[in-house]
Amino acid sequence: MPLKLSSTLLLLLPALLLLAALFLVPIGWFLVSSIAELGTWREILTEAEDVLLSGAVGRSLVNTGGIGLIVTVLTLLLGYPVSYALSRVRGAAFTAILLCIVLPYFTSTIVRTYAWMVLLGRNGLINQLLLALGLVAEPVNLLYNRTGVIIGMTYVLLPYMVLTLYAAMKAVDPRLMQAAEGMGASPAQVFRRVFMPLTLHGVVAGVLITFILAIGFFVTPALMGGPGEVMVAMLIEREVEITQNWPSAALMTVVLLAVTLTLYAVYSRFAEPGEALK
Amino acid sequence: MNATMVAEGAVALEGVTKRYGAETVVAGVSLAIAPGEFFTLLGPSGSGKTTTLSMLAGFVMADEGRVMLGGRDMTHVPPRGRGLGMVFQNYAIFPHLNVAENVAFPLTVRRAPRAEIAARVTEALEMVKLTGFEGRYARQLSGGQQQRVALARAIVAHPRVVLMDEPLGALDKNLRYHMQVEIKEISRRLGTTVIYVTHDQEEALTMSDRIAIMERGRIAQMGPPRAVYECPDSTFVAAFLGEANLLPARRDGDTVAGPGGAPLLAGTGTLTAPEGRLFVRPEKVAIATAAQTAGPNALPGKVRHASFLGNVVRYAVEVAEGNLVLCDTANGAGTTIHAAGDRVNLTWRAEDCRLLAA
Repeated sequence: MPLKLSSTLLLLLPALLLLAALFLVPIGWFLVSSIAELGTWREILTEAEDVLLSGAVGRSLVNTGGIGLIVTVLTLLLGYPVSYALSRVRGAAFTAILLCIVLPYFTSTIVRTYAWMVLLGRNGLINQLLLALGLVAEPVNLLYNRTGVIIGMTYVLLPYMVLTLYAAMKAVDPRLMQAAEGMGASPAQVFRRVFMPLTLHGVVAGVLITFILAIGFFVTPALMGGPGEVMVAMLIEREVEITQNWPSAALMTVVLLAVTLTLYAVYSRFAEPGEALK
Repeated sequence: MNATMVAEGAVALEGVTKRYGAETVVAGVSLAIAPGEFFTLLGPSGSGKTTTLSMLAGFVMADEGRVMLGGRDMTHVPPRGRGLGMVFQNYAIFPHLNVAENVAFPLTVRRAPRAEIAARVTEALEMVKLTGFEGRYARQLSGGQQQRVALARAIVAHPRVVLMDEPLGALDKNLRYHMQVEIKEISRRLGTTVIYVTHDQEEALTMSDRIAIMERGRIAQMGPPRAVYECPDSTFVAAFLGEANLLPARRDGDTVAGPGGAPLLAGTGTLTAPEGRLFVRPEKVAIATAAQTAGPNALPGKVRHASFLGNVVRYAVEVAEGNLVLCDTANGAGTTIHAAGDRVNLTWRAEDCRLLAA
């Protein structure tokens, strides 16, 4: 039975109130009060120009975008086959794959990040293995550089990609693929001409959601990255905690929020399979 | 028969069997279909007709037996090697392709030259009367139009054999009749062999050159529509193909004892045991007032219901031992309509009834 708009709103009300009290009000207050501290509109604009065009912010924006892109591409490449497998199997195999993807998320991001540090460190398991196998002469730097950040973030973001792709793939009518096969298509043609175009909206949605999450990352790059891998979220934290320059933190937040909301607007158009096809 | 002698378009199944676990879904089905024949697999759901078609298509591999297409053994050839045209249940129109691209699909995947694809698509759309719809998508088409797209796509590559799996199941009755006529027309014009699966007996009777009625994985009976309708070999076939009176009957010397021991004459039949069923179609039964006596096959009874259906009046007449006999009378000129409670005599010709195993 479809719910009336008023009953839908009523059901959403507790969640909306919580979100407003814990998120919208504080962030609004933070942004408005910090930026108002700067004085007149003219002063605000001058400060904004200074902050956003400064080298540190520029570099961190480029870093954030670059890392976000690489991580998104990697999760897509790793996630697509996994999602495909997940959409084709049933029963125990399905549960097993799903558990492998979701189970690690029952522990906190920090614990998992430390676990990666144990694996990737100079004396970590991976380096020990590579040395023992004689593949490398001296330990490889896998941590405190871009490689470390990318490995860590790809790992954390993979399930978002997998589950988004899975939803799109599950919605493909298997009879369409059988029909294509019956009409003379080879397995490669079935994939390229039927399956891929029908799951494209899922790919777009997965890419956007992964990228949106990636550009706001803080814990993983802070713990696994080096001094050259400063992302916008880390810079914001630094402005608040260390230099205590709240107005500048607020301006950066506005930029990050604007990018995220823009991407989300695009995402919401692709989240509906019907929309993407129009 | 020498393989090279068999024409393209001939289809044969030789003792084909399919099992899923302990269940045998198709049990040793053999049939031979001539080029250009319109052949229907008819049966209730679960009778194995769709699995049989899937084995012809190559979606399901037979456990035993051989699948022959145009005289070549195709038992282990995947679908794309079989070169068949197909119309699927629910049409399977690709939602991301427009009408022209959908129809072109079988040619595109075979890498036909662009000019040839364009010409064939135009031709196929003309044949199904969808010229002008090239740029539309499935969601912009009605059920009947989608059905036409599926049909055009099945014939666009000029296959010798087209398989159709309940293609009209989703259409309303009027549209269905139109499409039946059109499918039949197109298949005749192209001279393609059509293997058609349906559970609708009326559809099977109107369209087919021959019908195979399937029951629990086997072919219960096979033959031209009129033959299987008028001379069923089993009570299953008799009851599945339209209305049938199946009265208890017992052999009694040269005659048959019907309900209440009434002596009856039966033309033919498959009954070997002493007791079985006497089969007669409702439209073969004549109804007369009790005063008029008729020939040898006469049963006295009392009208229980008379349903006026317009062109036909259907009576349910209670005869001896509480048996009901259905009797359809054409509402012709000057027909008397009997009322419930009237005493009547039912008669039919010996050649219109058969003795079948119960």
